[in-house]
Amino acid sequence: MPRLTRRQALSAAVGATAGLAVTGAAFGTAQAAASSGTGRTEAAGSQHAVHQAAPGSFDEVYRGRRIQGGPADGGGHGGHDGGHHGYGYTVRIDGDELHVMRNADGTWISVVNHYEPRSTLRALARAAVIDLQGADLVPLASLSS
Amino acid sequence: MTVRKNQAELTADEKRRFVNALLALKRNGQYDAFVTTHNAFIMSDTDDGDRVGHRSPSFLPWHRRYLIQFEQALQSVDPSVAVPYWDWTVDRTAASSLWAADFLGGTGRSRDSQVMDGPFAATSGAWPVTVRVDGRTFLRRTLGANGRQLPTRAEVDSVLAMSTYDAAPWNSASDGFRNHLEGWRGVNLHNRVHVWVGGQMGTGASPNDPVFWMHHAFIDKLWSQWQQRHPNSPYLPAAGTPNVVDLRDTMRPWNDVTPADMLDHRPHYTYDTAA
Repeated sequence: MPRLTRRQALSAAVGATAGLAVTGAAFGTAQAAASSGTGRTEAAGSQHAVHQAAPGSFDEVYRGRRIQGGPADGGGHGGHDGGHHGYGYTVRIDGDELHVMRNADGTWISVVNHYEPRSTLRALARAAVIDLQGADLVPLASLSS
Repeated sequence: MTVRKNQAELTADEKRRFVNALLALKRNGQYDAFVTTHNAFIMSDTDDGDRVGHRSPSFLPWHRRYLIQFEQALQSVDPSVAVPYWDWTVDRTAASSLWAADFLGGTGRSRDSQVMDGPFAATSGAWPVTVRVDGRTFLRRTLGANGRQLPTRAEVDSVLAMSTYDAAPWNSASDGFRNHLEGWRGVNLHNRVHVWVGGQMGTGASPNDPVFWMHHAFIDKLWSQWQQRHPNSPYLPAAGTPNVVDLRDTMRPWNDVTPADMLDHRPHYTYDTAA
């Protein structure tokens, strides 16, 4: 179980500092989303991401959990749900893939937050961490019918 | 004949029968099959690919057929039961009788969002969440968290005033009634309610929360109200649209029903008030 090893290592090494460092920024995002009153939840300062052809990669510890996003590596987890709705991008939380989908306007949703678009994959991953409250994702294969 | 009533008007006996029918479907496995179907569609419906249940014109007829099927399953347990609707423009706080312990139970506790009262609380033992996106097996809610507000009647009326059913590109970027009702554009009605409830209602496996059916019964009623206001506005698109269910195309997963078959709700059920 490499993800357990990774989590243990991260929580010991950087979780205490990196996790705290980004918490304030993410709360700002959540507040902006809550008060927007529209279907869009763009955090201030990140609207430019909507118009990018592809979001940037990221790898950070947020609230003690490792979130990673970037080009799909294509290594052994394709075809789990019959499609690649991340448009070539994969998001992982502690190594487990988060099913993501890009909307026509460039915003993103995930299977955890399916009715509230976020402007960037990083904001989407952080929102999932908040919702999960420490729970692990279920592997995508078990979701497919 | 099935009459769908406002949940706020149900008698104690009607609430008890509805809850008992839900619990019976949960016990016999039929309930979770409905959750699985919804999650499969929500994960496969994409803006630039095949789309049937969501982010497309067939969002409304698909959910109408889905609710009819669910209502028939409830009626196989208790023929007196119909799916109530939740008018969230009126019953818009966590203090509504909808969330009382004799009906759906209330919001979740702060530590883990777990619903702690009512027939669907994990502590009752009758409502295990088995079709799920994460490891948690208990029903969760965060009603109105972070100061979120449910849509107002004025916001609903602004969407009902839109005379065009749907428009190209027939997805989450569309103008028109369907996408504004669904909530990907504009004041945001349907999507916002899912987010307001929170917990499983915010995920692809949203039918895990029984309020899903009452929310969608009200969305369905708003479609009927829109039809009455715009009797000359047809379902769109009419024909020949790639990846999209045209008026007379069949819809998955049933493959024997078209949007045209679903335009009139009255052969299937009526409402307690003028739709």
